[in-house]
Amino acid sequence: MLPHLDAAYNLARWLAGNDHDAQDVAQEASLRAFKFFGNFRGENARAWLLTIVRNTFYTWLRKNRPPEKTIEFDDETLDIEDVSASAAAAGPQFADADAVRRAIAELPVEFREIVVLREMEGFSYKEIADLSDVPIGTVMSRLARARKLLQKRLAAEFNQGDPA
Amino acid sequence: MNCQQAKPLIEPYADGELEAAAILELEQHLEGCSMCAPAWRNLQVLRKTLKQDALYFTAPEELRQRIKSALPSPAKAAPPRQAWNWNWNWLTTVMSGMAAACLALLLTVTLTRPPSEQPLAQEIVSSHIRSLMASHVMDVVSTDQHTVKPWFNGKLDFSPPVKNLAAQEFPLIGGRLDYIGGRSVAALVFQRHKHVINLFIWPAKEKDSEPVSIAPSQGYNVIHWTGAETAFWAVSDLNEKELMEFVQDFATAAPLKEH
Repeated sequence: MLPHLDAAYNLARWLAGNDHDAQDVAQEASLRAFKFFGNFRGENARAWLLTIVRNTFYTWLRKNRPPEKTIEFDDETLDIEDVSASAAAAGPQFADADAVRRAIAELPVEFREIVVLREMEGFSYKEIADLSDVPIGTVMSRLARARKLLQKRLAAEFNQGDPA
Repeated sequence: MNCQQAKPLIEPYADGELEAAAILELEQHLEGCSMCAPAWRNLQVLRKTLKQDALYFTAPEELRQRIKSALPSPAKAAPPRQAWNWNWNWLTTVMSGMAAACLALLLTVTLTRPPSEQPLAQEIVSSHIRSLMASHVMDVVSTDQHTVKPWFNGKLDFSPPVKNLAAQEFPLIGGRLDYIGGRSVAALVFQRHKHVINLFIWPAKEKDSEPVSIAPSQGYNVIHWTGAETAFWAVSDLNEKELMEFVQDFATAAPLKEH
């Protein structure tokens, strides 16, 4: 029973940004999923449940919140300095969970989503493309930009109070 | 390989999405490049950072309980079950004599009456249209029946007969799960020219019946038949004659042998 509820809640929690709304979304999605496949298990079931969580969340979002700042899907519009190769981006300081949590939470919703699906759930590009109904190319460019943004923010955090 | 070529490959490599041929070249480049090697290391640090357990929100117990109590009975804990038993006892007591007779009569009538096909045909047509609209015709895209059939394993409580009718010019193009008449069903997707045919399949207790064309609805033809305790519903914007051809071809084609 409820084999993938943690995954459903985790995605809902990162998307919605707070426990209360995340519980609502995860509950509605789980009940909807159960209505269709009572004992649907296995790996595909997780992807499928998360698809429902995602759809439930965006429906909920349209109803309950003013439009969140979303990203433009043109690679050129977001000027992200390439910090991936800079030394400041590296280091054990990355392991500070609070700082990482803040950095993820500040990302636009599409980037939070892809970070959860790829890094926390380990879905492949193809699975993420199917799940979020975008081409694989978009998955790759979003993921690359989400990572760059995170590296930049975490590096900035690390550098605070250390202007050198 | 130079940096220009290597750079866009680093992430797919980290994600296990790089094709084998490019991996070796990239690894060689990473070994000797002072630009790309740090980028690769930083990416690994970031990925490890994002994977830490502390970032993963596990579902609160109250949520789990709330969902369980909202689900149908098998999921319910002891107290609701007792209530149910109590209701049942109460019901048995009351349901004596004429009440029971009435129920028996009602059941007989319901069970012997042929199922009404029109609403189901409408549901079939709606499902067909939905599948075309949402660019969600197929969950598994394959012209190979040996790929499509196993795909349904574990997703349905039955194993649908999968046949490829390419030789009859109705090639199989994929399969999908769908939900019809209150249950999950298999949908096989075939094609003739640009016309998509959805064939819905689920187990049925009815006895075998010949293919019957149901009155067309919204410009779609629907043909229903039953065989080997399985209900088949074919729906398409193909004309009725060709759709009937498809049905005959499917019914007579040899089923896929189990491996």
